[in-house]
Amino acid sequence: MTYVRPKFRHPELPKNKLGYTLSYYEGALSTLCAGCGHDSISAAIVQSCYEMDIEPHKVAKLSGIGCSSKTPAYFLSNSHGFNSVHGRMPSVATGAYMANRDLIYFGVSGDGDTASIGMGQFVHAVRRNLKMVYVVMNNGCYGLTKGQDSATADLGSKSKAGSVNPFEGIDLCGLALELGANFVAQSFSGDKHQLTPLIKAAINHNGFALINVISPCVTFNNNPGSTKSYDYVRQHIQTTGMADFVPIAETIEANYNEGTHKKIQMHDGSFLTLNKLAQDWDPTDRMSAVNALHASRAKHEVLTGLIYLNAQGKDLHNVLNSAATPLNTLKEDVLCPGNDALKGINEEMR
Amino acid sequence: MSGTGSKINDFVVRLANVNGTGSASANFLFAKSIFRSGVFMTPKNIFPSNIQGLPTWYEIRVSEKGYLGRREGIDMMVAMNPQSMMQDVMSVRPGGYFFYDSTKPLHPQFKRSDIHYIGVPLMQMCNDNYTDARQRQLFKNIIYVGAFSALLNIDLQIMIDLLAEQFKGKEKLIEPNVKALNMGVDYIKANYKYPLEFHVEKRDLTKDKIVIEGNNACGLGAVYGGATVLSWYPITPSTSVAEAFADWCHQFRVDKDGKNNFAIVQAEDELAAIGMVIGANWNGARAFTSTSGPGVSLMNEFLGLAYYAEVPAVLIDVQRTGPSTGMPTRTQQSDVMEAAYAGHGDTKHILLFPSTPKECFEMTAESFDLAEEFQTPIILMTDLDLGMNDHVSDPLVWDDKRKYKRGKVLTAEQLEKMERFGRYYDVDGDGIPYRTIPGTHPTKGSYFTRGSSRDEYAVYTEDSAAYKRNVDRLAKKFETAKSKVPAPHIYNAKNTSKNAMLFFGTSTYSSEEACDLMKEEGIALDMIRLRSFPFSKEVHDFINSHDKVFVIEQNRDAQMRSCLMIELGIHPDKLISILNYDGMPITADFIQRSVKKVLAPGKVVAAN
Repeated sequence: MTYVRPKFRHPELPKNKLGYTLSYYEGALSTLCAGCGHDSISAAIVQSCYEMDIEPHKVAKLSGIGCSSKTPAYFLSNSHGFNSVHGRMPSVATGAYMANRDLIYFGVSGDGDTASIGMGQFVHAVRRNLKMVYVVMNNGCYGLTKGQDSATADLGSKSKAGSVNPFEGIDLCGLALELGANFVAQSFSGDKHQLTPLIKAAINHNGFALINVISPCVTFNNNPGSTKSYDYVRQHIQTTGMADFVPIAETIEANYNEGTHKKIQMHDGSFLTLNKLAQDWDPTDRMSAVNALHASRAKHEVLTGLIYLNAQGKDLHNVLNSAATPLNTLKEDVLCPGNDALKGINEEMR
Repeated sequence: MSGTGSKINDFVVRLANVNGTGSASANFLFAKSIFRSGVFMTPKNIFPSNIQGLPTWYEIRVSEKGYLGRREGIDMMVAMNPQSMMQDVMSVRPGGYFFYDSTKPLHPQFKRSDIHYIGVPLMQMCNDNYTDARQRQLFKNIIYVGAFSALLNIDLQIMIDLLAEQFKGKEKLIEPNVKALNMGVDYIKANYKYPLEFHVEKRDLTKDKIVIEGNNACGLGAVYGGATVLSWYPITPSTSVAEAFADWCHQFRVDKDGKNNFAIVQAEDELAAIGMVIGANWNGARAFTSTSGPGVSLMNEFLGLAYYAEVPAVLIDVQRTGPSTGMPTRTQQSDVMEAAYAGHGDTKHILLFPSTPKECFEMTAESFDLAEEFQTPIILMTDLDLGMNDHVSDPLVWDDKRKYKRGKVLTAEQLEKMERFGRYYDVDGDGIPYRTIPGTHPTKGSYFTRGSSRDEYAVYTEDSAAYKRNVDRLAKKFETAKSKVPAPHIYNAKNTSKNAMLFFGTSTYSSEEACDLMKEEGIALDMIRLRSFPFSKEVHDFINSHDKVFVIEQNRDAQMRSCLMIELGIHPDKLISILNYDGMPITADFIQRSVKKVLAPGKVVAAN
């Protein structure tokens, strides 16, 4: 293929605090279908990292296999990427995080990659609470193999070929809540304004952050009768509200109404402010979040926004009591006990 | 009734116990007391895949000559398990001894006219002296160990010293244990002729040797080799590798603030275990996992990824009896082919074959260097026999000047000077490319690691020529490895015979012994011990310089022989298989019988 992304950028594009323009955060040209929801999610990731003044080389992007898992090539070209094997990204990410706690980890997966072949690894990554942003680009079908139903396809959803899905769909957000996830969000690839602050808050979260993004497959699952089509999702979306992420360094100037807004302090002192539309739902209460999800499902609605947040959980390195220095930087002097220690060991074995 | 002859420091004792009754520590006390007498001994724990209630055996071979393989023929059977008693009484060699609890009279069905019986009323003695049920059970074991002190002429003070070491910090327990030992000694002295014609005589043969399990040595080797990340899934017989690593880390890797310079995760399965190892190594930490055959089966997919995407990884395969679940607590060398070619497509791996605990330690540490130098998985092929049994071994040594070989990893400074970084570009002509660790440089060195085809700059491609260049380079890298992996051990500098034996891992002790035995009968054989795969030129030349090569291995399908044929193009007629695959460690008797069937059919003596 000879597609070349135009290099020209307006000379007066705004720069972030590191002096980088938005284009610095882009990746290679996408090879996904025109109009694919996944490209919008990539764009939101680019926007988030730009706005958060992140050094791209301090980010690691990991994925499994599938259309979604191709996307790490399409954002942050100065970050290391790892396109692993189908459904196994969580374990590769866990190992990478064990090796170096200082990088920012983006895991990108799809509904097949997470809810079917990778279900086992997904649930264990959630319960280990490693600090990573786990984005599911959820289109309810297998795109790369031409449109088979996935495990997140809703019961009764109609495929492009006309068959009706006879099985219950897996609700990844509900599952994650059940498993004890501390950051659970849901969004729609067609709503970048909602998605970007969610990604920013997820990057800042000290633990596992799930963002399940309904991302319609324009080629195989955008037909009438599908519950993951652009039209269907737009008609059934129920927005819990907007998240507004305020980094620690910034003073909060907006004056929020206590009744409709909730301000949540993150582990590092920064604030996340949620514009709550649903009055009977408390995003810091797990039971309340579970109820909100169930209520929206009963009404065939897609609940979006930050559904649950507990900013005070212990991440994997806290649980493992690891040293602050990343393990991958340690040298012989720290790692090797030396021959004198070995002499003592020999003596004990006699 | 014929005796077994006066065989000082040359006999086999087998103890039949019920698992979960505390016999293991008493039996080890017995074994260690022989080692402390300066005499070589080799214990084999033959245990069930069960926690409590099934038969378990502990077999100790004592050898003045220092032979550490298993030997056939039981000189004394210690029958503590009514469940297995018929099998146990039948397994004693004619003229041997049967040691039993005589609290109740022995049923006539267990009487053989060609063996001796030693009855000690163990249960009666325990009931008379201890009130607690658990104590009665535990001290029964110690009483029979005391009886052996008299029967086998083992210095009682050595046993008392060992108990004192064992109960350091719990001194209250020493006295009742010593009392139990003495009860055993006194009963033998009052009722039997002692010592038996085979017994221990103190020597100074073991010098600076140590007694250690292979798995423990592997765990320690990983600490010395700089491993910081372990992810593992419990599976017999590999579990104690992970547990040993954790124990040694808590001893040596906790910093002054109480923080760990290591990270260990018990994974949800073997797939995740190797996945974490690959993620950690990709990110620049030395990481490993340990498993057994069923785990290696599950890891095939990831091993293929690591091979193709060129990510270092260390895998310790403690082999057990397959196929499928097989006999989980019995030994075999039956993962050779699976490990060598794990993964779909054209995939090959570097394997190391330790044969002693010392090699477990050294090769585990070396695995991390090789994995990073070759940017590929290294699989350490140990087994249940080596891993879970105690072995007399040379002491462990570490060169404090040794630096870890991190391979071709580019620094920020090196990247800065480069025009363009090509992850899969063969700069040096050895097939080994340069790699970068995530986070090294702001704008140079990042790339996309993937299991799909790519060009020299790690850019996805479906171009046939680029694909072929890449897999050909991987083949070249494997070629480079041949001269860098541990060299085979060739016993004689010059050939002494047209015939030779080839072996590896835990077939070594018994092969060496068989060679000695046959030499006494005038059958000369050269020997080579393989220590790694792929095979170096020396292996090829050694085989080609002999007419017949006996390939000794512990699997049904002659897997190493197949590898030799595949990789070196050796004619099948030249490689004669000697195969032991019943789950028990191979013996010298079996090997020499098998070799003699071919070389000297008239000299074969039937097994007893």
